[in-house]
Amino acid sequence: MIALQQASAIPDVLSVPSNAPEHCPGTESEQAGKADACAGCANQEICASGQTKGPDPALPFVRERMSNVKHKILVLSGKGGVGKSTFTAQLGWAFAADEDLQTGIMDVDICGPSIPTIFGIANEQIHSSSSGWSPVYVQDNLGVMSVGFMLPSARDAVMWRGPKKNGLISQFLKDVDWGTLDYLVIDTPPGTSDEHLSIVSYLRESGIDGAVLITTPQEVALQDVRREINFCNKVGIKVLGLVENMSGFVCPSCKGESQIFKASTGGGRKLAEEMGVEFLGAVPLDPRIGKSADYGVSFLDEYPDSPATTAYLDIIDKIKAQLGNDNDESS
Amino acid sequence: MSAAQDTPVARRLQHVNHIIIVLSGKGGVGKSSVSTQLALSLRASSPTTRVGILDVDLTGPSIPRMLGLDGHPVHQSSDGWVPVYADGVEARLSCMSVGFLLKKRGDSVVWRGPKKNAMIRQFLGDVRWGELDYLVIDTPPGTSDEHLSLLEHMAPVHSKLSAVIVTTPQAVALMDAMKCLSFTKAVSLPVLGLIENMSGYVCPCCGEISNVFSTGGGEEMARREGLHFLGSLPVDTDLVTLLDAAEPKGPESRAEEGSFELMRRGTVQALDAATEVNKTSVLNDTSS
Repeated sequence: MIALQQASAIPDVLSVPSNAPEHCPGTESEQAGKADACAGCANQEICASGQTKGPDPALPFVRERMSNVKHKILVLSGKGGVGKSTFTAQLGWAFAADEDLQTGIMDVDICGPSIPTIFGIANEQIHSSSSGWSPVYVQDNLGVMSVGFMLPSARDAVMWRGPKKNGLISQFLKDVDWGTLDYLVIDTPPGTSDEHLSIVSYLRESGIDGAVLITTPQEVALQDVRREINFCNKVGIKVLGLVENMSGFVCPSCKGESQIFKASTGGGRKLAEEMGVEFLGAVPLDPRIGKSADYGVSFLDEYPDSPATTAYLDIIDKIKAQLGNDNDESS
Repeated sequence: MSAAQDTPVARRLQHVNHIIIVLSGKGGVGKSSVSTQLALSLRASSPTTRVGILDVDLTGPSIPRMLGLDGHPVHQSSDGWVPVYADGVEARLSCMSVGFLLKKRGDSVVWRGPKKNAMIRQFLGDVRWGELDYLVIDTPPGTSDEHLSLLEHMAPVHSKLSAVIVTTPQAVALMDAMKCLSFTKAVSLPVLGLIENMSGYVCPCCGEISNVFSTGGGEEMARREGLHFLGSLPVDTDLVTLLDAAEPKGPESRAEEGSFELMRRGTVQALDAATEVNKTSVLNDTSS
């Protein structure tokens, strides 16, 4: 691996980093250098001169790093708590089950990083080397990067506005020594805001293979997924498909199936039809999924006989098929 | 109003008695459901209580759907935006959300921070809230732009602010709730208490209680952190269906439901206790 640039030091995410004022409007904004908050900022002159509105200087470095990543997949949802991180983790574990494949997981949920807990590596730290920050490895071929590794303790909150979050995301893409990856799975926070816009704009040149959308069956969640599909269309990301999570619950004592989150308007399947995206499958709610996530173990390995495992694997096969099978010959 | 600065937001909110911010850290734990139920129960607590509910989840507004107000427009009057009333002519439950401003329900609001900040300022400063006993504010997950903006714009009325934290019992959600608690400390926002949502699910066929998302974690966290525990709400499929349905909710909907009543009582008690302490402040809560 060639060192692309001198990797910057791992930031102390709790301090106010660099020299931006708290209400920095963002260097690319119209208000850059002119907003009230800019008064007294050391960068005010540069911002006001308009130099900062050009392409982000990080882009060439991101492109360089990402040229070694074969497939980039976004996991999106619109609504929170539908299982993005859990699904991301299962996807990562399933990809990594193949020893010849290298997989990376990037958690861009800056304010609520769950990925470290789900992988059982919450107490790890990131190390910096001349070739960049090295991700935390769950196993030899599964590297993880999350803001959770940078916090002194799990209870510390990252209270950041957009521009600071964007800065960290660009660092995740350019300063992390991902190495050569077959898959990079990106877990996102809920909504359609700064993090999503940033990741899309940073990866535009290198190309995103597509997005997997996660939903639960209720209309309240589906509403948000409609918005997310709308977002994907707006920014030109291919939707690989829709996964309906928490669909049906099998009572462990009587084995009777019931619907906790009722699909009052037809659920994910109908929505997928309506919006013209592929329906990848429905994963039933299994209390052991949540427990596995809390303990940081792979649900797929722990409970291979659960109907949810079958559903997950089926969905993952479909995603793999969509991404093409060009990995086999290249390894 | 001793130290109150005179900003448009302060002027709009000067006749609001209590402002309760519903926070969670993690998404999908039931902030919007809790906000809706809290607002409905507060409204039902007396025939004259006036409640407002403000949805600042700009990229994923759920409140309109939950109150059965999907597709209602916001009207502009000479005195600012008129909120949407969930109870028609009685006009004791006013609601505002970015959902009312979208043309199509599938439209996405793809905004970066500064635009969100401006929208929140408008929600607080341009909406004709009028006299309210309680303003319940539903927030998006996390501790970011929306939260910082809210606190910043409401700084002149800081003495009226308090927060309720919602969590589910799993470790993953509790961790985010802890972050949320750190946030409230950092911005010196008093916390009324913690609500544990989705604790236990009663199987409709055999009555067996399954802890879908584990159980007891919230209570444990409340004890450890010295917070009021406002109660645990079980997973209730009827509630999910009810909130999902598009028809308008009767004001009584589930307000009488035991656990919600407990949650409301706990919240009001905590509020009253906080008011006692702040006797010198603007809160002269003789009515409640």
